[in-house]
Amino acid sequence: MSEGGSETARPDLARPVPFRGGGFRPVAKRGAGIVVFVVLLALAEWGTRTGWITNLTLPRPSDVAATLVELWQSGMFWTHLGPSLTRLVVGSALGVSAGIGVGIMIGLFSYVRAGLIPLVAALFPIPKIALLPLFVIWFGIDEGSKYALIALGTFTPTIVSTYGAVDNVDRTLVRMGQSFGLSWMSIVRKIVLPGALPGILSGLRVSLAIGIILLVAAEMLGAEYGIGAYILQAGSLYDLERLFAGVLILSVLGVITSWAIGLMEKRLLRWRN
Amino acid sequence: MDLTLENITHRYDGLTVLEDVSLHIPAGEILCVIGPSGCGKSTLLRLIGGLERPSAGQILQRGTAPEGCLNPLTYVFQDFALLPWRTVEGNISLVLEDHGIRGAKADHIISDVLARTKLSDFRTALPRQLSGGMKQRVAIARALAVKPAVMLLDEPLSALDAQTRELLMEDMIGLWERQPFTGVYVTHNLAEAVRLGHRIAVLSRRPGRLCEVVKIDIPLTERRAGDARLEAVQAQLWDMMKQEAMAADQELLHV
Repeated sequence: MSEGGSETARPDLARPVPFRGGGFRPVAKRGAGIVVFVVLLALAEWGTRTGWITNLTLPRPSDVAATLVELWQSGMFWTHLGPSLTRLVVGSALGVSAGIGVGIMIGLFSYVRAGLIPLVAALFPIPKIALLPLFVIWFGIDEGSKYALIALGTFTPTIVSTYGAVDNVDRTLVRMGQSFGLSWMSIVRKIVLPGALPGILSGLRVSLAIGIILLVAAEMLGAEYGIGAYILQAGSLYDLERLFAGVLILSVLGVITSWAIGLMEKRLLRWRN
Repeated sequence: MDLTLENITHRYDGLTVLEDVSLHIPAGEILCVIGPSGCGKSTLLRLIGGLERPSAGQILQRGTAPEGCLNPLTYVFQDFALLPWRTVEGNISLVLEDHGIRGAKADHIISDVLARTKLSDFRTALPRQLSGGMKQRVAIARALAVKPAVMLLDEPLSALDAQTRELLMEDMIGLWERQPFTGVYVTHNLAEAVRLGHRIAVLSRRPGRLCEVVKIDIPLTERRAGDARLEAVQAQLWDMMKQEAMAADQELLHV
């Protein structure tokens, strides 16, 4: 304080220009995410051990870990995860591929756009889980209805992100293609699709997360095995350790899909940066 | 190949952007088109290349394209229009692939145009690795690869800094000298126009009408930056345009 005061008092004194820039830009900080996790877990562990948090509100993290180990050792881990993964992969593969196809058609053809966008807008906000009874009648109580639910759930967001991505392709590139006399097919294949790929991939992140949510919803309504069934069982018995173990598996599943898409982006979009 | 524009008028939703423009573009000559912003210069170029249809009037091409010409009317764009996911050679092969030119034959053409634009060392670079000047060189190489009859240049140097612009202007004069091409060069930069144009067409503010065509008799290769004769022409052009440019500026404020 006194130093600053003396500086203003002596305007002839040379002093460094104060730095005012910096900040407001995300900087990669390694390990910060892990620290947050560890601190939260440690807090929960400490709280439950001292009795500050009762076992009714939150299970002890170490107990959840023990439950997971037990699940693994009993062999039930894959019994539950196997069907879940199959449902997720089949359902979202159906939904995403159909969604990308329809999205590209909407992006390319004005008639398809005019005809389908209102339909998509009508389908998008429907909670797909509400349609499950209908799907059970259409596709059977078995896997069919679960595939259909996940497929429909991933279908609509994929359409929206895909046609948005096609719309966002730099028009000057398309005009360039036309000016060099490229065929329509070439323009679509070599200019529009690669240009739309970044948008399609980032839409995929959202679609697959929705897929995981719907997977659990579908399994809660009639499945013997699956993560959703496991969680539902645990919930109805108020077995918090197992409930959290199931949630943890889902969470990891989400992280893995997100990571896989990141890997795809890195490989396919190497030209970006 | 000669191009003739006959009474071209063009409107967008009732807004007339070009009115009754008639021009002749003889083979082997560069015609510069200048005018205040919004006067329809770029629209005129899109009409010439067939990317848009004029509301009235017609554009005629006369004579045959040179031997091996793949795309008679070829553009060079202001923002380069390179595919960011293709390398330099990929961007050039893009315009050859559709004509069934692949493999050794494509390789030969690519090597040739890259050598002519001094890009041989950057064959496998991606556009994001290149400076603006380099990107425009790639776009010019791509245009040369299809052996155009007429080059349509839409403010090709406007996105570049002054020094790069000077270098590229010299390169373009060099290219023209080696193999004279027909060119329509749209710009708002009078200095570029007097350096590169055999003739300079001056358009009025919107709706763009042809005010005058100024001919410059100095050969391209003898033109240098700061040449007194060129500066005189430039001053003359500016006199012609100043009122129009000011009026155009005012007009935009009222839109």
